[in-house]
Amino acid sequence: MALDKEFTQIPGTTVFDADQSRKGYWLNQFCMSLMKADNRARFKADERLYLDEWKMSEEQKQAVLARDLNRCIELGGNIYFLAKIGATDGKSFQQMAGGMTGMTEQEYRDMMIKGGRKIDGNRRIGEHGDAQRPRKDV
Amino acid sequence: MARITASLYTSHIPAVGAAFDLGKTKEDYWKPVFAGYDFDKLWMKTHKPDVIVAVYNDHATAFSLAMIPTFAIMTGPEFNPADEGYGARPVPTIIGDPELASHIASEVIQQDFDLTMVNEIDVDHGLTVPLSCVFGEVEEWPCKIIPFAVNVVQHPVPSGARCFALGQAIGKAIMSYPEDIDVHIWGTGGMSHQLQGPRAGLINKEWDNRFLDRLIDDPEGLSKTPNIEYVREAGSEGIELVMWLVARGAMADVVAGGAKPKVAHRFYHVPASNTAVGHLILENAA
Repeated sequence: MALDKEFTQIPGTTVFDADQSRKGYWLNQFCMSLMKADNRARFKADERLYLDEWKMSEEQKQAVLARDLNRCIELGGNIYFLAKIGATDGKSFQQMAGGMTGMTEQEYRDMMIKGGRKIDGNRRIGEHGDAQRPRKDV
Repeated sequence: MARITASLYTSHIPAVGAAFDLGKTKEDYWKPVFAGYDFDKLWMKTHKPDVIVAVYNDHATAFSLAMIPTFAIMTGPEFNPADEGYGARPVPTIIGDPELASHIASEVIQQDFDLTMVNEIDVDHGLTVPLSCVFGEVEEWPCKIIPFAVNVVQHPVPSGARCFALGQAIGKAIMSYPEDIDVHIWGTGGMSHQLQGPRAGLINKEWDNRFLDRLIDDPEGLSKTPNIEYVREAGSEGIELVMWLVARGAMADVVAGGAKPKVAHRFYHVPASNTAVGHLILENAA
């Protein structure tokens, strides 16, 4: 039984299902490798060289080099895996999440303190909430 | 025989663990978050269990895409806090209860829940942050802890109904354990949050509070909420809340026709980093 189609109808959201997981397998496994300090050091020393050790697509490698997390997710990445890149770069989860919204770090932090992003208008694609605006990456 | 005396529910936000470890709990931003757990320290003086079955999820820490068990019970003797890329949290080693864990595994698998059994695993913030919030800074955790992992990372994740039924099976298993011990069951994760894409930062206070209301009063009805609603209303990572239904399913009113549990404590706060913090303690009648 395929996943409910409605999962694809939520704006600004990619559901990490078995298809995305298959597509992003090596991208995510590369991210896992960054949990070891030696690998982080090797990655930092020459990112391209390190990425070339993995069976990732060229698009996935470019998305990692550009730290374009929205693109990484589109190409099968999952945020909990991608977070290892953020940790390697010394970024917090809030910086990573905020970075995907097109907002500045301060704008995002302020939005959270004021109670977070509103659900109204952000339930389904085609409504008029603030997660529906054109994405910077597409 | 073993008794389930209470269930406890809490978010397990990594930034809360970091704030705790870096001594920031009194800072303006974090103070109201940690204040929500002050009650726990007093309550634990009179309600400390012998064992906690703590339902949590691994966040691409021990389980990579190489293997993704839907339900995994940790049957080993001890578990270390994981290094999630920032260094391991400086908190005590978790001491398991291999005898009770094996008993639960054996009973629950025979009730048709096909658990994975794990003897060696490092546990991430999903497990250690709730322990820090509830017990504070301690030299060692005051009881044994059986971690129980649910896949909520790769969809399809188990439904609320399945988690609720699993909780009932775990409840029955615990009640059939011949030792005279008190057991807590904890459900962790949530509440509303989304960590990805242009919709990141989503919080749905109304939905969260209705979830808390229904978890207390109508868990069976709540368990029928389809997974799509969690993702749509509470954010892509809000799906973690299905794990709260495992703990709720093990309570006496559900498993044994007992009385409704008593609400000992309820707390809700926005934000902690990207997330709404929810916390609830329910006691079974003595």
